[in-house]
Amino acid sequence: MKFKQIFMDGLWQQNTGLVVLLGLCPLLAVSNTVVNALGLGLATTLTLVVSNLSVSLARGLLRPEIRIPAYVMIIASVVTVIQLLMQAWFHDLYRVLGIFIPLIVTNCAIIGRAEAFASRNSPLPSVIDGLATGLGFCLALIALGALREIVGSGTLMSQAGLMFGQLGESLELTLIPDYPGFLLAILPPGAFIALGLLIAGRNWLDAKRSGDNEQLAKEPGAKAGKRDSLMTGEEPGKESPV
Amino acid sequence: MKEILRSAAILGLVAVLGTSLLAGVDRLTASRIAEQEKRVILEQLGQLIPDHHDNPLLQDRISFQDEQHFPNGQTVTAYRVRLQEEPLAVVMKFQAVSGYNGNITLLAGINFNGSLRGVRVISHKETPGLGDGIETGRSNWILSFAGKTLQNPEPQKWAVKRDGGVFDQFTGATITPRAIVDAVYQALRFFDSNREFLFAEPAETLEGLAP
Repeated sequence: MKFKQIFMDGLWQQNTGLVVLLGLCPLLAVSNTVVNALGLGLATTLTLVVSNLSVSLARGLLRPEIRIPAYVMIIASVVTVIQLLMQAWFHDLYRVLGIFIPLIVTNCAIIGRAEAFASRNSPLPSVIDGLATGLGFCLALIALGALREIVGSGTLMSQAGLMFGQLGESLELTLIPDYPGFLLAILPPGAFIALGLLIAGRNWLDAKRSGDNEQLAKEPGAKAGKRDSLMTGEEPGKESPV
Repeated sequence: MKEILRSAAILGLVAVLGTSLLAGVDRLTASRIAEQEKRVILEQLGQLIPDHHDNPLLQDRISFQDEQHFPNGQTVTAYRVRLQEEPLAVVMKFQAVSGYNGNITLLAGINFNGSLRGVRVISHKETPGLGDGIETGRSNWILSFAGKTLQNPEPQKWAVKRDGGVFDQFTGATITPRAIVDAVYQALRFFDSNREFLFAEPAETLEGLAP
């Protein structure tokens, strides 16, 4: 049950991209196509899992006064390793994502999870938390990427060949032939607008669901992810506007 | 005091572990990354050179600077293409500096007789949807350079149509094509007056390959 709670928190209740709003720079910059979004999302997820695991394993050693520089070194090493591996095995994708891979280091969601979760939990929950947070970020990226790609270029999964080779090329869809393109969706302002819509959609879903729950249980505000109030400065459990 | 030393030692340990990990992975991947980069360059060059050549392209190259034709202190790389020592063509990598948003890196293949084999854009930061028609994946515009020479079209026609030339511009984007046309023209002029130098200069001996 506890693992399920951790998982759902990372994926939905405390979604990095849509609720906590950490790591917006890569989220907005790389979400112009689904394939870019997926590439960066997976790289970020892998980073989160490995960095959470390392921080959790080392949490006995890392005393308060040196923990931040230690996190930074751990995260930077992990990201650089991923960058080298991508350069060696997914070179074409690497050339597309280019600068955003090293920038994963600066995604504050990663150091945030290290500080708020991995430094006080044992390895298994930390790995699950990293996985869930990463997948949540990945899903937000993909949703944003799909929205912008469809509206902006009328395609879906274009350039999938970069990632999945031959198999990927068959996934590339042109939804609207001869689409003239909608520039706004591809440019940065479109990213902000689309993100706003996604956040609104998520909040609406949550409000609708908690509304249903209240009718059943008549006990609002019972479920809440408390663990992140330190990091976000937000009141936990605000998803039930009574 | 003891506490501080302990903390420092732990931090040092983390640094050493991280660095060793990186060094190890770097060793494992270095040769494969170099291979991948080679493959990318060869793929790019391959579209612009004659099929029949017998010199090692990646080794037979020179770098130089020439502020008059290639401004902003850029370094131009030239890959020579030969068959039995006879010069066939050259592929130059240089930048168009007057794009809409930053430099546009170009590859231009030029036959020994001075005609263009073709031009490709390697990297750019032009506006998506407007200026990115210069990519082969988006339009055929860049292919219109094939076969052009310094005299064909005549010098005043080496411009986009809006400026009275023969090259198309894009709807809403004139600056990008204009920058490329100018840069390619300058490269052809450089080739015209430095052909001998380009092929005579001994090849660089460089270990690494800048992509």
